[in-house]
Amino acid sequence: MAEVELRNISKSFGRIDAVKDVSLTISDGDFIVLLGPTGAGKTTTLRLVSGLEHPDGGTVFIDGHDVSKTTPAMRNVAMVFQQYSLYPHMTVYENLAFPLRSPLLKTPENQIKEKISEIAEVLQISHKLNNRTTELSGGEMQRVSIGRALVRNPSIYLMDEPLSSLDAKLRADLRVELKHIQADLGATLLYVTHDQIEAMTMASKIGVLEAGRLVQVGSPRDIYEDPVSLYVSGRLGLPRINTIPANIFPGAPIGATTLGLRSEHIELGAGLPANVIRLEHLGDQTQLHLEIEGHKIITLTDVHSQLQPDDIVHIQPKDPLYFDPSGNRVR
Amino acid sequence: MTNWSLIEPSNTQKFVAGTLVAIYALVTLLPILWILSTGFKTPTDSIAYPPKLIFEPTFEGYVNLFTTQTRQTEEYLANNPPNNWYEQIVHDKGMVIAGPSRFGERFLNSVIIGFGSTFLSVFLGTLAAYAFSRYKVPLKDDLLFFILSTRMMPPIAVAIPIFLMFRTLGLSDTHAGMILLYTAVNLSLAVWLLKGFIDEIPIEYEEAALIDGYTRFQAFIKVVLPQAMTGIASTAIFCLIFAWNEYAFAVLLTSGTAQTAPPFIPTIIGVGGQDWPAVAAGATLFLVPVMVFTILLRRHLLRGITFGAVRK
Repeated sequence: MAEVELRNISKSFGRIDAVKDVSLTISDGDFIVLLGPTGAGKTTTLRLVSGLEHPDGGTVFIDGHDVSKTTPAMRNVAMVFQQYSLYPHMTVYENLAFPLRSPLLKTPENQIKEKISEIAEVLQISHKLNNRTTELSGGEMQRVSIGRALVRNPSIYLMDEPLSSLDAKLRADLRVELKHIQADLGATLLYVTHDQIEAMTMASKIGVLEAGRLVQVGSPRDIYEDPVSLYVSGRLGLPRINTIPANIFPGAPIGATTLGLRSEHIELGAGLPANVIRLEHLGDQTQLHLEIEGHKIITLTDVHSQLQPDDIVHIQPKDPLYFDPSGNRVR
Repeated sequence: MTNWSLIEPSNTQKFVAGTLVAIYALVTLLPILWILSTGFKTPTDSIAYPPKLIFEPTFEGYVNLFTTQTRQTEEYLANNPPNNWYEQIVHDKGMVIAGPSRFGERFLNSVIIGFGSTFLSVFLGTLAAYAFSRYKVPLKDDLLFFILSTRMMPPIAVAIPIFLMFRTLGLSDTHAGMILLYTAVNLSLAVWLLKGFIDEIPIEYEEAALIDGYTRFQAFIKVVLPQAMTGIASTAIFCLIFAWNEYAFAVLLTSGTAQTAPPFIPTIIGVGGQDWPAVAAGATLFLVPVMVFTILLRRHLLRGITFGAVRK
């Protein structure tokens, strides 16, 4: 594993700036998750690290060497794609062996065999090694896909929404598995997702991308509790952070126009009256939909809450987040 | 009907469909059956009216096809008894074998030119199609249209310029010339067909191979080619069928060394009366290579003709 550094990299496709002046250091053993909605530049950033795209400006360093102009093969990176990643004309075993047999590695067949049985064990696909990849279920395919990255010993593992095409249960299982494997191997990982649960649970650091810019990098806790902008605050947290005009409640600092309220920022039972619109009982939690001065708020309440629509509850903010008109945090 | 299904046909439907297919097969196969049986008839049987469905089979047509013969005197025939079964057949007609006919070499010419041009068309077509599919080629759409436009007129329309060019370049009646010509005609078809197939292969596979440590060319060989086999096989069959059956240019541009079977087979008629069994024998043998080639590739062909539509 090695340290990977992006220094001021930019990339545009035609008139669209996909990545703008992004700098990021991925230290050895880091699990960095790039978070952002579709089109924020997550995948492009990953492809710039992999060498599938070359930056228009800026430099990519792997282990201290400038690799900006080199091909993917020369960078020794492993990548897990979102889909279409397994070679359909090969068996699972051949897929896993493919990177090891590359002209760069030319691994002896007995070592390939050893390595594959080891990885197959971890990913629980040992019994599928002789199957054609087209005969696998979605979860198995993605395991093999991850396996094909893990058989190597690359500078960095790159993963592009590897779990997004799976159903919820499988996604949860593989998420835990992946985090385990990463911790065991001490692997360096750059992981792209728009799933905040994946980001929160797996990342050692999260980088939030907004329209091609890296707007904040920090631990999941930092990003959640101390976002630099309204945009970042909206990336994490369920239910999503509520935003209402800052002047509804007293106490807003100078310059703040928007008040950001997560569930834990809302105290029930005191303050201003709000109308109950509806309750959603989700089993482990109950979401309470409120309306205050024409603004909708969603928060959490007691699981067995007996509130009814049109009831009145009093709410007041507790250590909320304030933002200025352009969405920047006001402290 | 209670158990009516949108997907599963009923027994009646199956029966009707089966009968229709059988009738259609009979109609289309009848000429082939005719050719096949005529090849084993005597010249007399072959022109008998009404046609003989049951006859005594003979190899006379095949022997006539492969040999040249001369008529001899009774005395000569008596002094030179036949050594084997085919000399016997000729002997019975009062003739002897003078030597082999040219059918063998003409047939070989067809094989060399047909398969040679097919290989070349598919080889060049695959490379061109890959480039058109994957790379930013300036004026790509115009170039593709230009390539297709070469097929918009019947090739024979340019017969005279090609005849003159071939004469000037010394390509007339050469294997290389005919391979070149058929490749030129087939290439546009090959590029278009193969581009369609290669477009269907997601580029992610190649990107995965690049990441896995392979060069672009190695990724092409190891990942794209195996997945394009369906397209390559069906394109090869189309190219071979054209090159194999082509008649007009073969008549015009070949006469000796490089003459293919199609212009040769009709000339058999003129040798010693109307020898239909020999013609039929030649036609039968002429069918074999394309048939064998198609059977060998049929696993790919069925999927290929649907142009990759069922893959996903």
